[in-house]
Amino acid sequence: MMNSDKEIATLKHVSLRHGSRQILQDVSLTVEAGKVLTIIGPNGAGKSSLLKVLLGLQKANSGEVKLRDGLRIGYVPQSISIDNNLPLSVHRFVALGGSGSVSEVLSLLKIEHLSNTAIQLISGGEFQRVLLARALLRKPELLVLDEPAQGVDVMGQGELYEKISTLRNHYGFGVIMVSHDLHLVMAKTDQVICLNQHICCHGVPADVSRHPEYHRLFGDMPNSGLAVYTHHHDHTHDLHGNVVSDDHSDCHHG
Amino acid sequence: MDEFIIRALIAGIMVASVAGLLGVFIVWRRMAFFGDTLSHSALLGVALGMLFNVGFTIGVLASTLLVGLILYSFQKQKRVSNDALLGILAHSGLSMGLIALSFVQAQNTNIEEWLFGDVLSVSWSDVYFIAVIMLVIVIIMRWLWTPLLTLTVHDELAKVEGVNTNLVNLGFVLVVALLVATAMQIVGALLITALLIIPATTARNFAKTPEQMALIAAFIGVLSVIGGVYASFWYDVPAGPSIVMFSTALFFSSHAARRLL
Repeated sequence: MMNSDKEIATLKHVSLRHGSRQILQDVSLTVEAGKVLTIIGPNGAGKSSLLKVLLGLQKANSGEVKLRDGLRIGYVPQSISIDNNLPLSVHRFVALGGSGSVSEVLSLLKIEHLSNTAIQLISGGEFQRVLLARALLRKPELLVLDEPAQGVDVMGQGELYEKISTLRNHYGFGVIMVSHDLHLVMAKTDQVICLNQHICCHGVPADVSRHPEYHRLFGDMPNSGLAVYTHHHDHTHDLHGNVVSDDHSDCHHG
Repeated sequence: MDEFIIRALIAGIMVASVAGLLGVFIVWRRMAFFGDTLSHSALLGVALGMLFNVGFTIGVLASTLLVGLILYSFQKQKRVSNDALLGILAHSGLSMGLIALSFVQAQNTNIEEWLFGDVLSVSWSDVYFIAVIMLVIVIIMRWLWTPLLTLTVHDELAKVEGVNTNLVNLGFVLVVALLVATAMQIVGALLITALLIIPATTARNFAKTPEQMALIAAFIGVLSVIGGVYASFWYDVPAGPSIVMFSTALFFSSHAARRLL
């Protein structure tokens, strides 16, 4: 079993509805300090909503959200557009996030050259780094990332996940992220949750990638040969609470 | 120089510079229609203030805050779109105000004064009162500035970073309501939004930071007031519309100037 003082954020039996539409159903999960938890799932599976419930931006209809007292959270939201009428440099944008040293986080992410550039003029990939810099400025204990590699080219994606992983090792924060980039993410994550309104399967990447529910959700994707990326840490983690039944109808929802 | 012109200039300059400070947020947050709604429905507040004999400022503050609260409580539903709701409140407030004012006509009110303002008729006690209100707005804005800017950039990010977005939004509605209540006398209910958005939009051409943009907007507002008040005095044209025309001229010439540079 996991050590309970390492748990920094927990969801217990969380359900969320919008009108008659079920967004999340009986979702439970735990984020541990220093561990990366990745949520994968098809479009409309409720991945972003799950993060919003965790962050307190959206109230669940039932269930419980528990964050450690005074938990400092760094958040990288999915997409941001900033009005052209607002004259704002990258430096100032990052500084709005808190009181840390902006130039330090900018150089940590190798974007110090953008410091004086207007925030509206940088590329999508650069923006993701800027958002990450702002999240890091807060010296977070939990990093919440919603599709952090959006708009980043394939080379950059690997680099970005690598960066998140090194930073995690260095600062020891917990990470929960939503991602589409299955094979890239799988290499750098400790736990994976397959979400399709409810949790279809979860565990260490190697096990999840062999799980029938995983193949049912992602089997048609090219390059699903994930065994190559077996995580070198996975012997240190238990597979806990394993898993939903093999009944494939489990993942069908109205 | 006649004293009434000095009074008009002082009052106008104070209101226009504070309008620049708030106007940038109205522009960044795309709230121009919101400004219209607050100021149009403020006419109802004027009428109510007179009917209950509490003074128009209290009436306007009450009506603007009420409209702000209605908008806030409707934000969570999706059946009526936000701009339709703003339109409904703006024009129903204006209509109710005009009807209510017709009841107080007897006490020699001039509706035009409230619609278009009459800066040349402000008294010294009006000037002192405006000075106090502007000081209050500036003090609140000093405290509100960074959280409001954070919220303007992205409200979910601001929430996660610990900004009390409800409190900050309420504070912003309050300062806009205070400004509307005082600007009624300068440019009138129908033209207040112009004072908020035209200088701010013009300032965008010259600003590199949010603070620069607010200060330049305030400066452009001041120039417009000086131009408008003098035009009104020399050519005997209405002051409120002249102020708006001056800031519009500055807006277009700033674009032309930018193209030449």
